[in-house]
Amino acid sequence: MFRSPFARASCAALLALAAVTASAQDTSKVLRMVPQTDLKILDPIWTTAFVTRDHGYMVYDTLFGVNVGGQPQPQMVDKYTASADAKVWNFTLRKGLVFHDGKPVTAADVVASLNRWGQRDSLGQRMLAAMDKMEAVGDDAFRMTFKQPFGLVLEALSKPSGSPAFIMPKRVADTPADKQIDDYTGSGPYVFKKDEFRPGEKVVYLKHKGYVPRSDSPSGTAGGKHVYVDRVEWIILKDAQTQSNAITSGEVDLLSWMPPEHYSTLRTNPKLETVQPTFAGSYYLHLNHHIPPFDNPKIAKAAVLAVNQEALLRGQMVFRDLYRTCATIYPCNSPLATQPKWYTGKPKFEEARQLLKEAGYDGTPIVLMHPADFTLLNKLPPVMAQLLQQAGFKVELQSMDWPTLLMRRAKKDPVDKGGWNAFMTGWGGSDTLNPMFFAPLTGNGEKGWFGWNKDDRLEALKGAFTASTDAAERKRLAAEIQERALETGLFAPLGETNNLTVIRRGVVSGVLLAPVNVFWNIKKN
Amino acid sequence: MARFYPFPAAVPMPLFLIRRILATLPVLAIVALIVFLMLRLAPGDPAAAILGDNASSEAMKNVRTQLGLEQSIPVQFFQWSARLLSGDLGESYFLKQSVAGLIAQRIEPTLSLAALTLVVTVLIAVPLGVVAAWRHGGWLDRALMGFSVLGFSIPAFVIGYVLIWAVSLKLGWLPVQGYARLEEGLGPWLRHLVLPAITLSIIYVALIARVTRAAVAEALTEDYVRTARSKGISEARVLVRHALVNAAVPIVTVIGIGIALLIGGVVVTETVFAIPGLGQLTVDAVLSRDYPLIQAITLFFSFIYVLINLLVDLSYLLLDPRIRY
Repeated sequence: MFRSPFARASCAALLALAAVTASAQDTSKVLRMVPQTDLKILDPIWTTAFVTRDHGYMVYDTLFGVNVGGQPQPQMVDKYTASADAKVWNFTLRKGLVFHDGKPVTAADVVASLNRWGQRDSLGQRMLAAMDKMEAVGDDAFRMTFKQPFGLVLEALSKPSGSPAFIMPKRVADTPADKQIDDYTGSGPYVFKKDEFRPGEKVVYLKHKGYVPRSDSPSGTAGGKHVYVDRVEWIILKDAQTQSNAITSGEVDLLSWMPPEHYSTLRTNPKLETVQPTFAGSYYLHLNHHIPPFDNPKIAKAAVLAVNQEALLRGQMVFRDLYRTCATIYPCNSPLATQPKWYTGKPKFEEARQLLKEAGYDGTPIVLMHPADFTLLNKLPPVMAQLLQQAGFKVELQSMDWPTLLMRRAKKDPVDKGGWNAFMTGWGGSDTLNPMFFAPLTGNGEKGWFGWNKDDRLEALKGAFTASTDAAERKRLAAEIQERALETGLFAPLGETNNLTVIRRGVVSGVLLAPVNVFWNIKKN
Repeated sequence: MARFYPFPAAVPMPLFLIRRILATLPVLAIVALIVFLMLRLAPGDPAAAILGDNASSEAMKNVRTQLGLEQSIPVQFFQWSARLLSGDLGESYFLKQSVAGLIAQRIEPTLSLAALTLVVTVLIAVPLGVVAAWRHGGWLDRALMGFSVLGFSIPAFVIGYVLIWAVSLKLGWLPVQGYARLEEGLGPWLRHLVLPAITLSIIYVALIARVTRAAVAEALTEDYVRTARSKGISEARVLVRHALVNAAVPIVTVIGIGIALLIGGVVVTETVFAIPGLGQLTVDAVLSRDYPLIQAITLFFSFIYVLINLLVDLSYLLLDPRIRY
């Protein structure tokens, strides 16, 4: 029938093509999902990258979690007590906690893990600095003794983002804090399959069959972490259209972060469903207080007064479902959130111009860095530049890629030597829950976060917050910290965004609301 | 006349090969130096990208020290060159895996896509070009050349998205994205590569068909073709065994350039179809300033280009007995 070699070869190729896996593989227990970005670094203590944190929650467990109300709850801990002066804390671990290699989790593992974490994380550093000693007092119990009252122990141990205090085997946690681990054994609900890890392509996790979830209902990063699938595959898809195509065709089951530009298509697809899995994130305008003109608090406050949250968020997010204005520096509706006294997120150009006049602003252009390649941020700076100009500033918008911005952000030089005056970035809701979590909320000058704000009063307020054990007092202090930050123009909150997750309707269910993306409790039909 | 003369060439083949291989060394050295300097002088900080937004400037400084980035550029270059000469391409700043291993992981998807694209391209473009040349000036020639202009005018991602929409989403025949390794079976491997290969081949068909047409059209005007026809040889045989063979040199040259581009420059198609190839690896490395990876990949591509050039030059010896080195 086919005489020519070409025809025979074509026929063979077509037959091979047709001989695809027709059935054979049962896919019902494999959850295929697209994470927010490519997972490159696997050590969640070493880096603060969000995707590595999400990986950490798959593989590790924490002593405390945070429920949907933002309150710390015991997770690996069974019982705990604190002395009346908050100087001595005793903890007992739950029974039955095992690592992925089958070895039990002991207090020695916990102490080593906290020591390593405390060397990297800012709140952990404060905690270790305030601590006299931390010791295992049995196989399943450990004690912290502080030199002075430290009221944020539970907040530190339950901290959901930045670097959560993940617990690792002692042999792994003994890795020096300035080096990355290379053993990914944890005690969390999933096991990381290192042999199937292909960076830029796929990350694979298996259900940890030895995991014993708490009996309480899951809530945030706390409660029972039940796993209903056998295998989770993180499929790395960088292109937004490809993500949209993949979930539409059913090749993936879940998009962790819905690409906003595809919202109108995805939400109207009857086979798909959008859910809100995390506390709302937020955008901020950050100023450089190390060099003129924002070393003058009046000029910095004038920049804060120029903010128009509605205009900024509309420009960036487009759809009203995906954002809301929120004047507080903490997530709206979170336990510490209060309405600021004068900041509303609406522009007050007259007041800003008056401040500039009083401060003697000489018209030197403000360099506002614009990360042109970062689609989650790149529409904000042009709008902000316009608002600052309306407030009386001269603005120079400088476009660059995100890695260049990160490099330049670290420079303390004047603008004409490569420095900067302002940039904008986003934070997860879990990063701004608490003034001690939020890295930019700092007043220790050159040792602090980029912008190097020097404000002893702010640091004193944070110190008082750390020492306090009274919820009402903490809320009052949080409000005072907020007023201080806004009055001195430390930064300006630009409102909240909803990072939605897309799932296949009727196939995937159980996505939890939490401070960060978590992937237990998910069922696949 | 299309006859093949065996070796020896003007220069003995082993000597020719040795000369060409030795000639690649200064090329690679210059490429290494240029890439190294450009990376160090360009803005961007791998430490910032590694540690994330919550990191302090002190932590970043520590990482830069660990990575050796606080040393002077000549010292960094010397250290890297010394490791390179011992065969060590280094370790990725981000992935903490050997660069050689990462490249090896990505080679299969890239070579698979390149090979399939090449097969599809040659099988379509060369016959198209020959037919267009045979019917030079006629409606078939004009139609084919019009389609070829369209082929290399439309961006690859547009072609890709249209094919995905039609074939994957609407008809459900082929997957939207991803790559299945050969070890998972020939069927899945082919299924995942068909659409990306067609996407890429449209552009290369356009290019190679035009070159084939021009070269064959010129060959058809030669005396030996008139002689062959007057001897009563069939038109098909005249076209293939006489005209095409003698027009092969420029066609093979363009195919060689195409192979080099396929191996290193198809990042858009890899992104659209989520194929984890070398193009994506390169872009990721550049965006995150993963210096060891960028340097190694650039050297690797340079070596590939040089190798392909050598193979193309060697093919000339087979195709045209008049060529001697």
